[in-house]
Amino acid sequence: MAHSAGVDVGSTQTKAVILNEERRIVGRALIDTGANVIAAADRAYHEAMQDAQLNETAVEYVVGTGYGRYRVTFGNAQVTEISCHGRGAVHMFPRTRSVIDMGGQDTKAIRVSATGEILDFCMNDKCAAGTGRFLGAAASALDIPLAELGVTALRADKPVKISTTCTVFAESEVVSWLGKGKRIEDILLGVHQSIAKRSIGLLRRVGIEEEVSFTGGVAKNIGMISVLNEALGLKMNVSEDSHFMGALGAALFAMDHILADRKVAEKAESKS
Amino acid sequence: MTEKQLDDAIVGRAGRDGAALMRGWFDQLSETGRQGGHAAYVFVMGSMAEILRTFDIPMIFPEINSLQTAVRKVAHEYINEAEDYGYSTDICGYVKADVGLQLRGGAHPAGPIPKPTLTVLTNACNTYLKWAEIWERMYHIPVFTLDIPGSRSAHIQSRPGDLDFEREHRYVLVQIQELIELCEKLTGTAFDIDRLRVVLKHCNEMNRCWKRAIELNQARPAVFNALTDGTVYLGLANAFRGSEEGAQYFRQLVEELEYKVEHGIGTVIPEKYRLIFVGVPCYPLFRRFNEMFSEPGGAFVNSTYLWFASGGANLGFEFDLNRPLESLAEGVLISAREAMDAMFFQDQALIKMVERFHVDGIVFHPVKSCRTVSTGLADTRRVLMTKDIPSLFIESDMMDRRVVSEAQLKNRIDAFFEGLVTRKLQAAIQAGR
Repeated sequence: MAHSAGVDVGSTQTKAVILNEERRIVGRALIDTGANVIAAADRAYHEAMQDAQLNETAVEYVVGTGYGRYRVTFGNAQVTEISCHGRGAVHMFPRTRSVIDMGGQDTKAIRVSATGEILDFCMNDKCAAGTGRFLGAAASALDIPLAELGVTALRADKPVKISTTCTVFAESEVVSWLGKGKRIEDILLGVHQSIAKRSIGLLRRVGIEEEVSFTGGVAKNIGMISVLNEALGLKMNVSEDSHFMGALGAALFAMDHILADRKVAEKAESKS
Repeated sequence: MTEKQLDDAIVGRAGRDGAALMRGWFDQLSETGRQGGHAAYVFVMGSMAEILRTFDIPMIFPEINSLQTAVRKVAHEYINEAEDYGYSTDICGYVKADVGLQLRGGAHPAGPIPKPTLTVLTNACNTYLKWAEIWERMYHIPVFTLDIPGSRSAHIQSRPGDLDFEREHRYVLVQIQELIELCEKLTGTAFDIDRLRVVLKHCNEMNRCWKRAIELNQARPAVFNALTDGTVYLGLANAFRGSEEGAQYFRQLVEELEYKVEHGIGTVIPEKYRLIFVGVPCYPLFRRFNEMFSEPGGAFVNSTYLWFASGGANLGFEFDLNRPLESLAEGVLISAREAMDAMFFQDQALIKMVERFHVDGIVFHPVKSCRTVSTGLADTRRVLMTKDIPSLFIESDMMDRRVVSEAQLKNRIDAFFEGLVTRKLQAAIQAGR
């Protein structure tokens, strides 16, 4: 049985996924990208193969995605994470028509067709406001681990209004709210709401069409899921593998190649 | 002459001659600066070259000076100088690069730029008005503002013969007469209407050729790159407007393009996707920006920039030499409005263009430091979305490389092409069924 791989080299984390011919995930890996992008891609790929209990020869085609897609030196092709998140989300939730992907450095709003074709997309520009990094800045100012941000935010009852759109200034605004005696929970919910507002703005630009799927690393944050669901007035699809969605999409494109090549070979064989 | 020799002689001639002419133009400006003669600072949308050339007043295009600093990768030096002086980061990059240039006494990478003795502007761009005030304060020079009644309401414009048009025409004509009086006073030379006729004759040829050149790019493959080659042509269209050299250049350009159409010589090989560019180019990454499209087979076949930055010359308006002043007022009114509409109400023109130019997608390029051209782009894009015309919306800047991220641009451009590939594939599958 053939296998394909997708390696998503993001600004913060690198993800790798191994797919079998039935398009099921059989291996995955998630590591911090760090300074050596090439090494991160290589390590994530090998860890995912290890997880799938496969060796390199079992993987026929690798697609790189994410900002570091051209640094996946062993990759056979590169596809943007925009296409990959769209494809991955439709594979996971076939009725998906809109995707919010929130990563470390950028947030994307993507409108997709039933086949996962990208109809339109929009991203934050030249600034990390409304992305995972914005949450990271708040977490650092409040000295709370990233994993606890969402849970803490959900305990709020009087969220503050975060007005800054700059990630660097977000930290000072958070500190200023602390100085005014506001509760950490209320500040955090304010931060989540501020990010959600910007993300929904992006989604509106491309047109919100149900069902909406939430992907990327921030989709692990239950506070963000809750705030987005409330603001959108619907329940988004969120997968346990949300942060692997880009890598999954890449692996799906890789599997398309494998199967298409096989068909061509079969045709050629039957003719001869 | 063999076909190969003919190819070599004609193909690429406009690029070569254009570079040489622009070089000579900059040298001439520097000479004017050294001699301390008159120089008018003017803008691409309504330069009033017709009148200024009649009085032999050299024209300086600060927009061209500024964009040249970006193409030559030194814009940040000038912009920083203006910001250090106190200009906000949010002010038009062209303005700031010019302020930096003036603060440096006109020291430009292409040679010294003379100080203005006169400024002529129109209301086609709101920034022009404030920009000219800077020179007024710096140099205490006369500022002539030609107020052109642009409709600025979608698709409702008065036309020749309408009562409104006749009123507006009179309004523009009176202003042109005022400009003539000002030029007479400044130069001490009497206005020569026959000289104006000669200038208008050259303008007619240039307008006719400009329109024809754009039309020729309907050919498959496209015979010039509307973004890169088009910008070179624009420089010539503005700097040499109304001159014999300008008329000859554009005559030869059309000859070259017709030759390329006839021989199927395109600009992007292979031409897979035909695109329209909307907005102002990204000058800090001028060549690279285009490569990000041409590498996957994208060719820019038309651009709103070719319309508005030529002051609406794309209409091909031809002046009536029997009544030069009246006809000039008409032409200015009609062409400047075309330029304004090319910035504010492009949707209908773009939809028509998609069909005529066999376009696969439209690239919107709003720029951070120009609200005038960028503000309405989102509205236009929404109209196109309803027509199922693929589009890409990428933001950067025309001048300021601090807000231009090549990696982010590339990512979005790649995703746009991935969408186009899928779309073509789906269309092929549908057609095969």
